[in-house]
Amino acid sequence: MNIFLTYTVLGFVIGASYAIAASGLVLTYATTRIFNVAHGATAMFMAFVYWELAYNQGLSDWLSVLLVVFVIAPLFGALLERWVIRRVADAGVGVTLVVTCAVLVGLIGAAEKIWPPGVHSVTMFFAGHGVRIGKVHVSGNDLLTIGLAVAAGAVLFAFLTFTRTGVAMRAAVDDKELLALHGGRPHLMAALAWAMGSALAALAGILLVSARPSDLNYISLTLLVVNSYAAAMAGRLTSLPRTFIGALVLGLLNAYASGYLWTGTAWTGFREAIPAIFLLLMLLLMPQAPLRVGRLSGVAGVRTPEPRRIAIASAALVLAVVIGNAVLSTVNVNRMALGLCFAILALSLVPLTGFSGYVSLAQFSFFGVGALTVAKTHSSAPTALLLGALLAAVAGILVALPSLRLQGLYLALSTIAFAQIMDSMVFQNPSLGGFGGSLRTKRLDLFGYRFTSDKAYALLAAAVFCVIGILVIGLRKGRYGRILIALRDSPAACATLGLNPRLARVAVFAGSAAIAGLGGGLYAGLQNQVGSTNFQFFNSLPLLLIVVCAGVTSVSGALLGGMLLMALNSYPSTQAYLFLILAIAAVGLGKQPNGIMGWLFDLRDHPVAGRLGFGSAGLARSIAASAAGAGTGSGTRSVGKSPVAVGDNAEAEA
Amino acid sequence: MTRLEVRDVTVRFGGVTAVNEATIAADAGHVTALIGPNGAGKTTLFNVITGLQKPTAGRVFLDGHDITHTPTHRRARHGIARTFQRLEAFGSLTVEENIRVAADAIRSKNAKPAQVTRELIRRIGLERYAGVRADAVPTGVARLVELARALAIDPALLLLDEPSSGLSQAETAAFGELLRDLAAQGRAVLIVEHDMPLIMRVSDRIHVLDRGVLIASGTPGEVQADPAVRKAYLGEDEPPSDPNPTMAMPAVVEMDEETFVATYAGTHAAPPTRVAEPAAETETETESEPEPESEAESEAVPESEEPPPSPDGAGPRSGGWF
Repeated sequence: MNIFLTYTVLGFVIGASYAIAASGLVLTYATTRIFNVAHGATAMFMAFVYWELAYNQGLSDWLSVLLVVFVIAPLFGALLERWVIRRVADAGVGVTLVVTCAVLVGLIGAAEKIWPPGVHSVTMFFAGHGVRIGKVHVSGNDLLTIGLAVAAGAVLFAFLTFTRTGVAMRAAVDDKELLALHGGRPHLMAALAWAMGSALAALAGILLVSARPSDLNYISLTLLVVNSYAAAMAGRLTSLPRTFIGALVLGLLNAYASGYLWTGTAWTGFREAIPAIFLLLMLLLMPQAPLRVGRLSGVAGVRTPEPRRIAIASAALVLAVVIGNAVLSTVNVNRMALGLCFAILALSLVPLTGFSGYVSLAQFSFFGVGALTVAKTHSSAPTALLLGALLAAVAGILVALPSLRLQGLYLALSTIAFAQIMDSMVFQNPSLGGFGGSLRTKRLDLFGYRFTSDKAYALLAAAVFCVIGILVIGLRKGRYGRILIALRDSPAACATLGLNPRLARVAVFAGSAAIAGLGGGLYAGLQNQVGSTNFQFFNSLPLLLIVVCAGVTSVSGALLGGMLLMALNSYPSTQAYLFLILAIAAVGLGKQPNGIMGWLFDLRDHPVAGRLGFGSAGLARSIAASAAGAGTGSGTRSVGKSPVAVGDNAEAEA
Repeated sequence: MTRLEVRDVTVRFGGVTAVNEATIAADAGHVTALIGPNGAGKTTLFNVITGLQKPTAGRVFLDGHDITHTPTHRRARHGIARTFQRLEAFGSLTVEENIRVAADAIRSKNAKPAQVTRELIRRIGLERYAGVRADAVPTGVARLVELARALAIDPALLLLDEPSSGLSQAETAAFGELLRDLAAQGRAVLIVEHDMPLIMRVSDRIHVLDRGVLIASGTPGEVQADPAVRKAYLGEDEPPSDPNPTMAMPAVVEMDEETFVATYAGTHAAPPTRVAEPAAETETETESEPEPESEAESEAVPESEEPPPSPDGAGPRSGGWF
């Protein structure tokens, strides 16, 4: 009985911090319809700010808490809304997710810069105090957490229900223009909501670190609050009371699982996956949204290149790798090959996100399936690579099937849930290396030739990238590519033409996962060993961010994205600059959804700049100009005669 | 032959009853119109027929088979195609690709999707726009793209949701011809439209919805004479003020519903009877040349009228779309 009580109290405490974090998430989403992926990162960053004030600057604990929760965090939230969120408010789910991903990655980068890794310990509030309930000791810190959750819930509820500002805030969700017409100020409401959301994130972050002092860590704290996504989904991102109930249930589930589940290692994974499973269940319980009708929407795309240009670009890429092999040091040749493997992974996003508009945060899981297959079969045969791609495709189908009814944000969240489940139940499984462990892998052996040198391997990766890139462009030009884009533009119209939207979605997920799996298999061979941490869900966030910023609608964007991801991994010192570039590109996505490559293509098509050779110099020219543009743009088919066709765009825009 | 039957269909959104026990039918070879004031439930009924909206009660039959629970894409494969009141063209694809997607969708029927696409582009008169992205064409053209796209799956039942808005008068006249053509090919055409002269001219049968309730069904003449229809459109029983015979009215005046009542209510002019040869009927009304089912002929139709300048600012166009 005592044990039960102990775990119940623990569940309440965990649930309380989830509830605080989740209510902030609900508040921002309900007011601006933008899901803040960076909510957890905000909590992490603010917890570090609190540590800085209280432990480094020597302010008193309570003053630090007040400063962070009521001044610094709200200011951060409001400025974020003003400078970033407002610019992408009307863009699609894909763009807003990517932009908040950028904030997340940026916050982690900033935290690592400001507070270099080291010991950042925080003591509990009211240490040594507490009460006894029966024979169970409840610490002061736990009581504080529960009390603050109750208070936050009550204050929020009263604020939204009884105050004019609160009601106006809810009105902003329904119709910004209408609210403005009636004298409301939707922008102010949005800024206020983000300020309050940040404050709640900060409070949750501080409470979490004070409860578990070992958690003052960039990633784990960020991810811990990700669990509050699950609670927020219990309230369908709109209802505060349901969110609180969801948080409580999740907290209790977590606590009882750690108390009563078998302690075998296999169950450890299951325990960690509980929030993700809960999130997935909540998503699957969502009522079916009817197909939206009533808009003629198109997404800007880039032109599909002519076969001649594809050939030139492929040759240019292979040539570039040959030159790279000749001039680069061994370490850098290895990095180049790594970048190409990542580019293949990035390519998997082109049909899925670029053409079909589905946002997936599970790409690294598919990558990992391919890599682990190669590692576990311990084979150097190409069949191991293909088997990896096949198994990844199966994983892709597993993601797509249960979430068939989900659209946009909810689909993206279901991929997060899947990736987290894969993380804790598959990749960290002891038989597959285990947490922190690794498996040795072999290099590919093709028709008796073994790609033992990194130089040969780089060429192999380049060749595979070209082949898949050509397939992706061919897909875009063909029947299935048109169907994917048509499905993105209007699923309802597609259905009335006899196209089965579900089949197409499952197929594109499977195909995309297979490409990622193939990239993973190549990656495993290149690295000679793989470990579970290589495929963490968390890696998929910068992947999505980088590829979308580089240009997710084009093959050349994928190449650029892969190289940038490699740079992020291999040259930590450049991170700050990379993040800056990405932040600018991410905010620019509202205007140019084709990312950096989109800007380059525009430059090429610009009548003056194009002639002067801007955006088409040297290698960039061949790659940018052509490898590229499997896109959603104006069809080249109709232009036919003029392969370069600068006038083509002008006509399309006429 | 009754191709479509909607039997006692009710649709409720929360507390609002959008459609209340409506029963309508559409016959093969006929143009059937569905009219009613805004909010009458016409588009909702279209959504029920195509399966985009589940009815709260009632059933839908296609050629006698109950399709109430058939998913949308299967209904399309059974021959139902539609256009949308608020445009649903694929904005990122070119006009040609829009049609091609549909032609590809039923490859088993279309031996040569590319050829089907080309022919439709020519027939609907979209040559100039073939390579343009669908989100960059004028509204009227986008409606025609949707029409061509729907035709590409060779439907047995074609649902058109306000297809003529955005068309010029000459284009509307030619559009009426096309509708008769499509019916003459044996298709059932069900059309929601606010252009009353067009409706009166081309329909064989008209269903009138008001606030979700079917208040009248019949030939154009019967419907115009129906007191309930007059009441729904005007809000009161008013004696007919204009004795002009309906059918003599050329399609040169754009009309909203109220004008329609003012113009047509109470007229007892015999509606055109279209049981025998639809093509012959259209001939009498549009003063065009005799209308066999050849496409070359139909392209010549607008020539017989003075094409007025496009009122919708869509820019210069060729003589007509069809």
